[in-house]
Amino acid sequence: MTKGQAISLEKQDGGSLSAVRMGLGWKAAPRRGLFGSRTREIDLDASAVLFADKQPVDVVFFRHLVSDDGSVRHTGDNLVGGAGQGGDDEAIVVDLARVPVHIDQIIFTVNSFTGQTFQEVQNAFCRLVDETNGQELARYTLDGGGEYTAQIMAKVHRSGSGWTMTALGVPARGRTFQDLVPTILPVL
Amino acid sequence: MAAELVRGQNHPLSRARIEIRISADVPVVAGATLADDSGRVPGADRVAHPGAPTLPGLEVSRQAAAEHRLAVDLDAMPETVHRLSVLIALPATADGPPRFGAVRAPRAAVTGLDGAEIAGYTLTGLDAESAVIALELYRRQGAWKVRAVGQGYAGGLTALFTDQGVPQAAELARGIEEAVAQGLARSVPARTTDTDRTRRTAASVAGSDLSGAASAAGPEPAGTAPAAGPSYDPRAAGVGSVRPAPADGSVRPAPADGSVRPTPADELGGTQPASGAGPSVSDGPGIAEAATSPAGGPVDYTHPKRRQASPPPAPGAPGPGAPAPVADGPAPPVAGDAVGWSMDERLYNQVWGMFEDLARSTAAYRSAVDFAESRLEKELDQVLSDPRSRLGSAGDAAREAARARQAELVDQARAVLDRDLAQLIAESEVVEPALPPAYAGWDNPVWHGYRVPTESPMAVRLGDLRLPESTPLRIPMLIRLPLERGLWIDSGSLDGTGSDTGELRHLAMRTAVALAARLLAVHPVGEFGVEVVDPAGAGASALTPLTGTGALAEPPATGAAGVAAVLGRLTERVDLVQMALRGGAPDALPPGLDTSRRLLIVNDFPHGFDDRAVTQLRYLADEGPDVGVHLLLVADREDAAAYGPLLDPLWRSLMRLTPAPDDHLADPWVGHAWTYEPCLVPDGSQVLQQVLTQVVTARTKRM
Repeated sequence: MTKGQAISLEKQDGGSLSAVRMGLGWKAAPRRGLFGSRTREIDLDASAVLFADKQPVDVVFFRHLVSDDGSVRHTGDNLVGGAGQGGDDEAIVVDLARVPVHIDQIIFTVNSFTGQTFQEVQNAFCRLVDETNGQELARYTLDGGGEYTAQIMAKVHRSGSGWTMTALGVPARGRTFQDLVPTILPVL
Repeated sequence: MAAELVRGQNHPLSRARIEIRISADVPVVAGATLADDSGRVPGADRVAHPGAPTLPGLEVSRQAAAEHRLAVDLDAMPETVHRLSVLIALPATADGPPRFGAVRAPRAAVTGLDGAEIAGYTLTGLDAESAVIALELYRRQGAWKVRAVGQGYAGGLTALFTDQGVPQAAELARGIEEAVAQGLARSVPARTTDTDRTRRTAASVAGSDLSGAASAAGPEPAGTAPAAGPSYDPRAAGVGSVRPAPADGSVRPAPADGSVRPTPADELGGTQPASGAGPSVSDGPGIAEAATSPAGGPVDYTHPKRRQASPPPAPGAPGPGAPAPVADGPAPPVAGDAVGWSMDERLYNQVWGMFEDLARSTAAYRSAVDFAESRLEKELDQVLSDPRSRLGSAGDAAREAARARQAELVDQARAVLDRDLAQLIAESEVVEPALPPAYAGWDNPVWHGYRVPTESPMAVRLGDLRLPESTPLRIPMLIRLPLERGLWIDSGSLDGTGSDTGELRHLAMRTAVALAARLLAVHPVGEFGVEVVDPAGAGASALTPLTGTGALAEPPATGAAGVAAVLGRLTERVDLVQMALRGGAPDALPPGLDTSRRLLIVNDFPHGFDDRAVTQLRYLADEGPDVGVHLLLVADREDAAAYGPLLDPLWRSLMRLTPAPDDHLADPWVGHAWTYEPCLVPDGSQVLQQVLTQVVTARTKRM
């Protein structure tokens, strides 16, 4: 999937995906030196912002793990990353059937909470998975992404009766999603 | 090195002359469209298909076939072509499958001229689609790349071409069908048809696995053996004939299905046509199912053994005891459908799950309604501020449209909420009757079959919770035991008018007694005791169920002296137990000390309390829960107004309940104000007396 490409989350038989998961994975910073605990860990955070008519209504991030309506769930904050071999270190699961009717867009973002740019992070990726059967719908590679500390990954938005996902891949800077709101608004 | 692509993934192409190979189980039509830099296919002359197989730099087959090789020369592509989409479609023949979901997932691969694979992609997950864009080759900064697309169209080629922006898509699709129909007569047949293959392997698997089990081996395992060679015995033949199949990738799920099937069949005992239900043994349910859901169908991710009840029974031969197939839509709710080590824990978790679901569904509804309101206001403001709309009917129409938009959104939100409520109500209808006494309302029949338990429950029901939107659904309010906080039943009037205070006080005391009785009843004999302080004797009538049955060890303490005695005794007890626990010597307690849990009911606080007693009570409220002394205060806060803010920490430390419905409890997720209603014994019911009598009888037997 490339920038700007849209995938319909509706299957052609009329049924649509009921749950999608945005997974984020990256390789933990290598331990070096005698005091292994002193290496600077890399903490990437996945967030999802729920918009209704271009107004942010709710947000799911490491401090608010479930949207008020229960449709968007964050699996929990990972502060250090994982093996970097394709497993999700953080994930946000969206139960599309439960998203309130007025929410028309959900924006997924990734931030480097500890401040490393994506150039310094290894094997970082972001992917979208059909949660019902584990099939990967799209994958994005983050590392080598330049002097950025954040990226607006994708948006899942209503189209007709179903949902469509559009890959955005807009680079940005910021520690948490709040810093990204000015960058998000133009892509809505 | 060959790359196996997943949907959406891309791969660079280093060569210009390549082949695209397509393999499927059934004859398919292969073609390609050439799109410009805007992604549109300008005309039917930019589509290569069996009717027009050759375009500059591109050649496709003239007919439908199970195997295709499309020749592509990227260097010969016109400059204006920026994207080449490879499409596969099922020809519309009478005997062919109508949708990709019915056949094994086709595979598309980009290879060099020597056949060496560069990148491959298996188009999994197709269902009702009859045409699909498999791959696309596209220019990216002067070089070509391939991307796995897998976008299917249930509307067939017409829908596919329309989506690509081809003018006269329907005509083009029809032209292709005609060309295919002409070519089909001389088409290359698929290697074997899918059904045959499945049936054969499944039969051989079933035959081999069941060969040890009486006659189930079937009349003709020999018939399957030739597939693997006659020298094998039936068991080896089964293995031998299955093994090579996955190697060429043709029969993946079938062996799993077939080999797993006989086991559940054995366990279910009776679905196997060994009982004589089926026409022939080798056509048992397992095989029949494997044949109807072809090997190449979507991969089944359900655990093969976990839901033995779910697989559809063999057509025509439903096994006895096999449940009716579950219809589409959410499964009917089941009591205890949650995690936990015991049924109690599962029900507890289920009730809390319902509580959370209701809270969140309502939050979704409320936020949608709020949003609709605010949007309406904004739009009405806009109409007002627009000078054009001040006069004439334009403004009215705009206002009307804004209102309609608001109403539509609210209706949608309500429909979703109603759907969720219906699900929760259905769940509540199966959960409520299944609740054990500790969780059940007093009107639940479980109380009529009450027996003194041998184990303490993990939680207790304090009352019911509901939201204005949720009627008639009520969620049991279950609180973990032992209670971490004291309880305060507010006997003060809710609206502050002071009307009917006497009635409210009586109701508050009845609530307290019902709660105390419940706690007594759900604990094993001797593990829970109740003490009552009723300084003015005002609660005597409400206390009758406790006093009349002898459930209290001592009569309610009255007067200032009584208050002092009870509080002094409990304070000493808390102090001693605390000391013993902190010193790590719980067995050093004096022999006379009763270590069972205690509930202290205080009526009409602070009547009859002096300063010393108030201090003792606060000590009990703070320190008691950890050492098994719990407080149940029945009080009107106004009565204690003379103490000023001194008692505020006490009130705050207690969980406030009300004798009448009142919305003062917040849920931990969204913070809705929930209406609490206590569990009261239905009027005229003797259930409290009966239950307490049993408790007392069990207690005397033990002594």
